[in-house]
Amino acid sequence: MAERLLVEAVNDALHVEMERDPSVLVMGEDVGVLGGVFRATAGLHDRFGAQRCISTPLAEAGIVGTAIGLCMAGWRPVCELQYDAFGYPALDQLITHVGRYRWRTRGKLSFPLTIRMPYGGGVRAPELHEDSPETYYVHTPGVKVAIPSTPADAKGLLAAAIRDPDPVVVLEPKLHYRSSKEEVPDGEYLVPLGKARRAREGSDVTLVAYGSMVPVAGRAADALAGEASVEVLDLRTLKPLDEEALLASVAKTGRVVVVQEAPRVCGFAAEVAAVLAEKAIFDLQGPVVRVTGYDVPYPYWQIEDAYMPSVERVADAARRVLAAS
Amino acid sequence: MSRVLPAEGGLRRVIGDGVATPDGEVEGLGSDELLALYRNLVLLRTYDERSLVYHRQGRVGTYAIFWNHEAMQAGSAFALEPRDWIFPSYRESAIGLLRGIPASTVLSWWRGHPAGWWNPEEYGVASICVPIGTHVPHAVGFAWGSRLKGEDRVAIVYFGDGATSEGSFHEAATFAGVMAAPAILFCNNNQWAISTPVSRQTAAAALADKASGYGMPGVRVDGGDVLAVYEATREAVERARAGEGPTLIEAVTYRAAPHATADDPSIYIDPARVEEERENECVGRYERYLARLGVLTDSLASEIKQEALELMRQGIAEAEAEPPADVSLVFEHAYANPPPTQAHDLAELRRTLGG
Repeated sequence: MAERLLVEAVNDALHVEMERDPSVLVMGEDVGVLGGVFRATAGLHDRFGAQRCISTPLAEAGIVGTAIGLCMAGWRPVCELQYDAFGYPALDQLITHVGRYRWRTRGKLSFPLTIRMPYGGGVRAPELHEDSPETYYVHTPGVKVAIPSTPADAKGLLAAAIRDPDPVVVLEPKLHYRSSKEEVPDGEYLVPLGKARRAREGSDVTLVAYGSMVPVAGRAADALAGEASVEVLDLRTLKPLDEEALLASVAKTGRVVVVQEAPRVCGFAAEVAAVLAEKAIFDLQGPVVRVTGYDVPYPYWQIEDAYMPSVERVADAARRVLAAS
Repeated sequence: MSRVLPAEGGLRRVIGDGVATPDGEVEGLGSDELLALYRNLVLLRTYDERSLVYHRQGRVGTYAIFWNHEAMQAGSAFALEPRDWIFPSYRESAIGLLRGIPASTVLSWWRGHPAGWWNPEEYGVASICVPIGTHVPHAVGFAWGSRLKGEDRVAIVYFGDGATSEGSFHEAATFAGVMAAPAILFCNNNQWAISTPVSRQTAAAALADKASGYGMPGVRVDGGDVLAVYEATREAVERARAGEGPTLIEAVTYRAAPHATADDPSIYIDPARVEEERENECVGRYERYLARLGVLTDSLASEIKQEALELMRQGIAEAEAEPPADVSLVFEHAYANPPPTQAHDLAELRRTLGG
């Protein structure tokens, strides 16, 4: 075990998986000599050479589009998209081909590509460097989506994504790339896709969160100490969703607040609320409340903290749910 | 990249007209090869003409006609080795027939039946790409990836003049140049994207001129001249195999049929120009060339046509004999490891269907 930052855990996963499987290659803008703008790919170019750690032209649809062809030629590409919102030009390839090509060949060809990108706000960056685009990916059939919140999960989920036979999008909370170190297992380490993690055990209310909202939910739980016993469920994988873990937690607490950084309408919190309405209505003792970003463009960074779901908003939502029952 | 010159201006031609323009020849093609190429042309022509009939009879759905595009498809594919991959658009839906894909499979594709979805690895033919130009990066990635693995494979990707306006074409051509991918970007410029003429796609004098911007040679060839297409593609394949990178081939023809069965070109096209093209269509041109050479007789031509017609009769019979697809195929193959919700969805579907 070594203590690693989240971005170092990502880097470690890439080293381990490229070492283990010679068909894994990393491609993206500036991923080569520079090691990526966040240094997530640092050292790969020296270790594995320019043919397996490839700095590409500045063309996101070209990156994901050629990665499809690389899969057909027997490679297992890991594409880095430099920032969340820089992934939008690649949505064309993702929606029209990445999620469909396996189906189109009736399962004869696999497209085991991984698309990873830093996502989310709170980093005082220019416009379109702080988006939370997970819904676009989750809504695309044929594609899986994972979002780690801790260094260990960042390593294990990315390794699982790389080994998965289906395309997986991994969104990494850039706010926490270097926020704290954690023990991360050395060598091969997998966190299975589709398994949520109980980040904190409690019995009165469940805060459902993922990615950069998990620490916010944890601090809200601290703020509620003495008022309620709070459970925090880190979903880790949005698709496939670990419904079992979600329903088990709600069966225990009967109260749910879902937290997401993305805008509200048709966000992933709405999906969680819908699943609960369909499958857990009789376990619920109050309304399912969402705490989300607002339905506006992500704001100018001087006032971005007003947009981000805060500890106060999450705690306030939990108190409302607790008061309603 | 000093090899990259401005694109060729004139159209390369081999076939003459038997009067003012003399016939040329392609080195290395004997009568056996010339006839094999003819069989391929006739096969594609017959597929296309029969498909239109089947559509009118309600036996296939909406169909993208490729009448007078056969020379571009057959000529270029003839320059490939079996290990090379073909990335077709919907306009090349039947090009896989030249690789042994059964006619029933392609007909099933146009019938919307799952039997029409094939395994690309079996034939070296990628799935038919419907959205315009989005498959160009796949071919480039495949060619580049094959080269990275040290495999001697070339990829050819077909698209129309309209596709050159798409960002995916631009990004793919950029990658192809930078990665020196052994890829052939084959543009069938039939001068129409449904009702939009090529003059509304680009202000460039020729689509092949775009090639120099990507650091690759641009070649212009008469798309109705199967031998010129073959020769230009063979050169591009040789360049690709020699590690000299990609080539953009612009094959120029004129769309002498509707875009697809749902299109009505009488609203926008000049019928006199269409008639002129139909009189000079590519299969007839090649037939007359072969006749002048003394390679093709009427009886042989008739025999080849009958074979192709028989293949289509069998193909449609087999396609129509496919049992109805089970509804499980709605779900199957979307994921290698499907989410647990899928089994539940299928069970619910079966229950509501009463099955």
